[in-house]
Amino acid sequence: MRLSWWKILCILLLLTISIAGFLGGVPAKPILNETIRNLYFHVPMWFSMMIFFIVSLVNSVRYLRNGDLRYDTYSVEYANIGILFGILGLVTGMIWANYTWGKPWSNDPKQIGAAIALLIYFAYMVLRNSLVDPDKRAKISAVYNIFAFAMLFPTLWIIPRLVESLHPGGMGNPALNTNDIDSRMRTLFWPVAVPAWTLLGVWITTLRIRFKLLEEQKLEHA
Amino acid sequence: MKHIITLFRKDLLLEMRQQYSFYGILLYVASTIFVLYLAMGQPEDEVWNGLFWMIQLFVCVNAVAKSFLQESRGRLLYFYSIAGARDFILSKLLFNALLMAVLSITSWILFSLLLGNPVQNGLRFMGVAMFGGLGLSLVFTFLSAIAARAQQNAAMMAILGFPLIIPQILLMMKLANTAFSHVIQQGLLQIVLLLAGMDILVIALAVILFPFLWKD
Repeated sequence: MRLSWWKILCILLLLTISIAGFLGGVPAKPILNETIRNLYFHVPMWFSMMIFFIVSLVNSVRYLRNGDLRYDTYSVEYANIGILFGILGLVTGMIWANYTWGKPWSNDPKQIGAAIALLIYFAYMVLRNSLVDPDKRAKISAVYNIFAFAMLFPTLWIIPRLVESLHPGGMGNPALNTNDIDSRMRTLFWPVAVPAWTLLGVWITTLRIRFKLLEEQKLEHA
Repeated sequence: MKHIITLFRKDLLLEMRQQYSFYGILLYVASTIFVLYLAMGQPEDEVWNGLFWMIQLFVCVNAVAKSFLQESRGRLLYFYSIAGARDFILSKLLFNALLMAVLSITSWILFSLLLGNPVQNGLRFMGVAMFGGLGLSLVFTFLSAIAARAQQNAAMMAILGFPLIIPQILLMMKLANTAFSHVIQQGLLQIVLLLAGMDILVIALAVILFPFLWKD
């Protein structure tokens, strides 16, 4: 079994965040209380989701530039993993909201934004599945991917800053309120939690890409 | 620029000669609003506003859908040989923006006839309606190009477009709400600038990406 250094790092970081995330000290805040630990699990999901969607976009652009179908595979697999992390982020957020806001869904601008993002990428998958010819599928879905990304992300980054929200960091930074967390949490969040989950996603995706490329090779030789 | 104008005039001329499609879409607007009137009577301001934008959305999908879906393969090939892809998409964007502006005003008139007219500041509402129609028509024109290349119908356009358009629709409703009273709200300019920025972004993306859709 071959484990490259970043896979070992990923395992170590995930172990650290699972243990220190539950046992480490956190500031006592009203309403939030111990649920602030969700920062280590819920927030990195969105960071990774955005990273994966950006990687997917870059690969779509690369496909359009040189027409290599490999980039199309990269693009769709990174979109897939982004969808998975988006769903996980939504679920962890809804569990958290159930205890802090009283109900899992309250039409908060951030929940709506997340739901829109997922709907858009579901539409991307539907568009892909409606096309049979691989070259045409790659080209049209790459165009939609770029268009959708450009339409979606400005709204995800700008609109939460314009409207009121119950979410921590209500006004201003949509991801987290930097005043809520202290230095203990910050040292666990940026260098451990965010890279841990992102690396896990990259690991899953590289496996899926390898599997898919091998499958295509098999089809070619069959 | 000359090509764009020519292609635009061609679309206009086609519309004049085959008026059934334009009247068809007008009838679509009228009958939807009539059904709405039978179902809702004269609703409150907020409901009125929500319904208005939903109708705008559906009218836009149906009006814009035909811009690419109606062109046959052979005709597209012909346009490709006489004009560039960029001129073609720009002329389509221009034409659909005009079409949607006309339809926006039509549906506002019908709304105020049947569902009552809660709008206090008519001029502002008209501006917002046309601005909103412009945003909708730009996005859906490009999506109809994608749907047409995927050999899909208008249903695919709805799947692709509705999630994309939600943020814009929400902002539009917020903007339109200000025309219902004489109270001035803050942060309006920000929303207008954001929406205008998105319109420009859509045009830029259409110009950049359309050539890839066109080529086979």
